[in-house]
Amino acid sequence: MTATDTQIRATSAALLEGTRAKQRRSLGQTIRWLLLFAGGIAMIMPIAYMLSTSLKWPYEVYNVGLIPEEPHLENYAYVLEDGRFFGWFINSLIIAVLTTVSNLFFDSLVGYTLCKFTFRGRQIVFIAILSTLMIPTEMLVIPWYIMSQSFGWLDSYWGIMFPGLMTAFGVFLMRQFFQTVPDDFIEAARIDGLNEFQIYWSVALPMVKPALAALAIFVFLGNWTAFLWPLIVTTDAALYTLPVGLSSFGDEADVQWELIMTGAAISTLPTLIVFLIFQRFIIQGVAMAGLKG
Amino acid sequence: MSFYRALSIRQKRTLWAWGFLAVPIIFYVVIRFYPTGNAMVLSFQSWNLLGDREWAGLANYRVLFSDPVFWQVFWNTFKYLLIGTPISLVISFFIAYHLDKVRFAHGFLRALYFLPFMTSAVAMAWVWRWFYQGVPIGLFNNMLASVGIGQVEFLNSTTNALPSILAPAVWAGLGFQVIIFMAGLRAIPRSYYEAAEIDGVSKWTVLWEITIPLLRPTIVFIVVFSSIGFLRIFDHVFNMTTNNPGGPLNSTKPLVLMIYETAFRSFDMGYAAAQTVVLFLILLVVSLIQLRILRDS
Repeated sequence: MTATDTQIRATSAALLEGTRAKQRRSLGQTIRWLLLFAGGIAMIMPIAYMLSTSLKWPYEVYNVGLIPEEPHLENYAYVLEDGRFFGWFINSLIIAVLTTVSNLFFDSLVGYTLCKFTFRGRQIVFIAILSTLMIPTEMLVIPWYIMSQSFGWLDSYWGIMFPGLMTAFGVFLMRQFFQTVPDDFIEAARIDGLNEFQIYWSVALPMVKPALAALAIFVFLGNWTAFLWPLIVTTDAALYTLPVGLSSFGDEADVQWELIMTGAAISTLPTLIVFLIFQRFIIQGVAMAGLKG
Repeated sequence: MSFYRALSIRQKRTLWAWGFLAVPIIFYVVIRFYPTGNAMVLSFQSWNLLGDREWAGLANYRVLFSDPVFWQVFWNTFKYLLIGTPISLVISFFIAYHLDKVRFAHGFLRALYFLPFMTSAVAMAWVWRWFYQGVPIGLFNNMLASVGIGQVEFLNSTTNALPSILAPAVWAGLGFQVIIFMAGLRAIPRSYYEAAEIDGVSKWTVLWEITIPLLRPTIVFIVVFSSIGFLRIFDHVFNMTTNNPGGPLNSTKPLVLMIYETAFRSFDMGYAAAQTVVLFLILLVVSLIQLRILRDS
């Protein structure tokens, strides 16, 4: 046996070993994928059962099958009939949208100022705002309630909204992102004769759009699902937000689970649909905010 | 206007800066700092919303610390943290670690795990509450019954109720943690893994010696973030136990629910304020300890 022979044999054996390893790896990958898929399906089961039950007749609710035998929209018609859910939906929408707009404007303005201006007291303002992150909402609800009571803000949109109009998290996030805006751009805009607000609005802000989008997602979702403060500040059912309304409806509907699931679906579907449309974008935003924040 | 013109460029900019900050500073003072001080002062007073605020010294705290219900609530609150945080940390890391290695339909799988994060806690609390009902109503018990296993008391048992309420909270938060973990995994330079591969190091060693140590900042963030979340749990508990808030026998009652009831059911504002100060201190201490431990070692 020549040296070349041995070499060839060794090489082919190695190659064969390589293919086997690759096959093993791809089998491993397939198993990994299947397990992740199974886990993912399990994750969305509660949502799937909520939706499927909202389409079932009462007699079918106790059936563990996921697919309704005769899917129908009667539950939605029933729940929406008296207009309460519709009103709660509108309340939630208005409050979440206005709060989001307020946060986008003020958080970015403050973040911009604390990032791009140099003046005495800047650091103190920044630390003071950041320190409010340590104060839990739960500690503030009692003073907020007292405040709302004395100013007549109970049972009003303003009363529900005012605590969340600005957030320290938003300021922090925006300040981080404005650091990526080169000072040269701002300097150039100054030379062009733009005033400081115009520079913020038409030069700096468009450059941090992804951050604004990420902040918008967090603020909107947070306000859409907020429960404790809206529960405290509203006693008039006409002013409930969806979570507060759903909570009271759940008690009232008692054991009519198909109706409760319908209410739950109504309050969950909008954010789910928004997610399905902007999926990639939202996940990037969350990762970005998480890493920077 | 002439006053403005007379300013130097530097002074003009400073003026703009304070102009931009004016409204936000008023907001933070009136809506954040003043209420914080107010809550702390109130915790030393006695007040039922109607009469005068009377000075009570340490009475609220003394009553609180000698109240057996408070200690039960205190322990419950930590149970949510002590069970919830490690479980969600391990599960979300496991999912992220494997999901990171999958290319086929990656976005789709990721979406499945993330979807629960987009739901509202109140809505999902009611969905899970239905799952937990007894036969013939609840989904879980019906499933168990169909394979011949006896009923499980989920929400009616003093031992099972707390983990049952915790489950949807963990479930809803997983997607967020998976995304954060994956972003952390992506940030680890490829070259470390290539070097390890050349050295023929086992996967297990790579995981423990490279991946996990380099993920430390991500782990710190997730642990602190989820701990604070579990210590403040309220929506799930309130909605899954509306017929007997925090029950059965206070076995699921967290501190925030106790605060809510004291303030807005009993209108004992001073006593409730003292509870909020305790919550504040717990959150502060827990996050400081975790930052210490996880940063130093």
